[in-house]
Amino acid sequence: MKKTTKQTLITLGMVLACYAVVEILMALGLVSSLMKGVLVPVCIYSLCAIGLNICVGYLGELSLGHAGFMCVGAFSGALCTKFLEGFIHNKAILFIIALFVGVCMAALFGFLIGIPVLRLNGDYLAIVTLAFGEIIKNIINNIYIAKDGSGYRFAFINSKTIELGEEGTWILNGPQGISKIPRISNFTIGIVLILIVLVISYNLVNSRTGRAIMSIRDNRIAAESIGINVTKYKMLAFVISAAIAGAGGVLYAHNLSTITATPTNFGYNMSIMILVFVVLGGMGSFRGSIIAAALLTLLPEMLRGLSDYRMLIYSIVLIAMMLFNWAPKSREWRDMMVEKFKEKRLKKEVD
Amino acid sequence: MAVLEVTNLGISFGGLRAVDGFNVKIEEGQLYGLIGPNGAGKTTVFNLLTGVYKPTDGKILLCGKDITGKTTAEINREGIARTFQNIRLFKGLTVLDNVKTALMNKYKYSTLEGILRLPKYRKVEKAMNERAMELLKIFELDGQADYLASNLPYGKQRKLEIARAMATEPKLLLLDEPAAGMNPNETEELMNTIRFVRDTFNLTILLIEHDMKLVSGICEEIYVLNFGRELAKGETSEVLKNPEVITAYLGE
Repeated sequence: MKKTTKQTLITLGMVLACYAVVEILMALGLVSSLMKGVLVPVCIYSLCAIGLNICVGYLGELSLGHAGFMCVGAFSGALCTKFLEGFIHNKAILFIIALFVGVCMAALFGFLIGIPVLRLNGDYLAIVTLAFGEIIKNIINNIYIAKDGSGYRFAFINSKTIELGEEGTWILNGPQGISKIPRISNFTIGIVLILIVLVISYNLVNSRTGRAIMSIRDNRIAAESIGINVTKYKMLAFVISAAIAGAGGVLYAHNLSTITATPTNFGYNMSIMILVFVVLGGMGSFRGSIIAAALLTLLPEMLRGLSDYRMLIYSIVLIAMMLFNWAPKSREWRDMMVEKFKEKRLKKEVD
Repeated sequence: MAVLEVTNLGISFGGLRAVDGFNVKIEEGQLYGLIGPNGAGKTTVFNLLTGVYKPTDGKILLCGKDITGKTTAEINREGIARTFQNIRLFKGLTVLDNVKTALMNKYKYSTLEGILRLPKYRKVEKAMNERAMELLKIFELDGQADYLASNLPYGKQRKLEIARAMATEPKLLLLDEPAAGMNPNETEELMNTIRFVRDTFNLTILLIEHDMKLVSGICEEIYVLNFGRELAKGETSEVLKNPEVITAYLGE
């Protein structure tokens, strides 16, 4: 079997094994309700981290606004569900349509941002995506959509232009966001999404397109010199990266009954958080991204007993993990341990 | 018809005239040398030919087709491939993948076919692997196909760069100081490889080199550049005897 196929299968197996363990524990009643509450967020953050990894780890461009794409996915997905709720009653179909719309909208925004920015070389993408993440929240906070007897009403900035009749309801009420979204997301859907995204991502990076993307990361000038259209492949990678974050957003929206665009859920901190998952898990390693996202989401919950010291311990653990994973000395030490282990096994076999 | 015909090529960076009135005509299958002291503008000529810089004036014809002002990627697809003075490999990719990346414009399948692993993906990837291994074999790199490019020794990295350029099936190959940093044995081996490649693929090669042993050993004709201008050109042995050329290199 080829090395890359093996890597893919190991990661897929790992995700499935985790799913099985969690399901068994839940069936035995060993999972606290707090823990149950973070299972879907773990899936959401894993998705976003995989998406960002394509942009940062494989394309080599820094994006500081992936929460913005998540936000686009969440709101367009939720809006779609709200519009179609009355017509389609099958929740699975509802979710699939919302997912499609959310992913497409996030990809569209990625494309629009990419048109001017990806032609440039350097850190411009980081600056523009950072701004995008902040702007998109403010735009959403100023959109008002309502429905009453006479049909749909739409307003921007000024909500007073909409005069709702008796039976009128708000669909998107500016800063109050979208409420009463059917809660379709669950752990199983999250895992299925992760598996699909993993297969797509692994197949992408191990294809002709993936090699072109990585060659741009390693040496742009050389990539041009062998006839690669740099702008095209940068755009492709960035759009796919944004689309996957959008899928995370759709999952997020259908996990809560109300979503609002606030700095805490779609802000700068969230973008950095996703970036931390990617960097900690290792750039260019999807498996690492998932592990880091899961660990760092579960950790604060597990540390809840420490109350006030929680965030202090969290940051110390974060630094320790980063050092253990990536400091040259600790990598050397890890390699040495692996060698020793192999030698021992060899000796045993000889005996 | 000449593979490369350049007329009156020139570029200015602000007030500096880096290359001026560069004229050259290279016939098919020729091994042409471009020499000159440091700062003469040799690499600038390469950058002009490959579209890294847009020429201020002049015309570049490749097999009779005007390629002046096209982008680097377009010019490569037209048929010019190059190597770099300071090696530029895809360091995070394996040796095999470096070559396979360069094969991408000859062996095609769409991104979607790649993601869905359709039959075309398998077929084209297989053909790609075979072709890449063939090329690596020519440069004696097939034993290290799975190595990361950055883990290769220096001489092999230079060879891999040539192999990668060859993978794009160029009509004209530009080599920028291929023997830089090599010992005499490695240079000798490189000379043989360059000759072999030229003969088997009937390739036209233009190379920049400081190693006069290599230049006089393989180049049929050379062009001497000094301060961006032509100093001499013609048959290698005659040009190298030219007193002006010797003065430019060694001083009065």
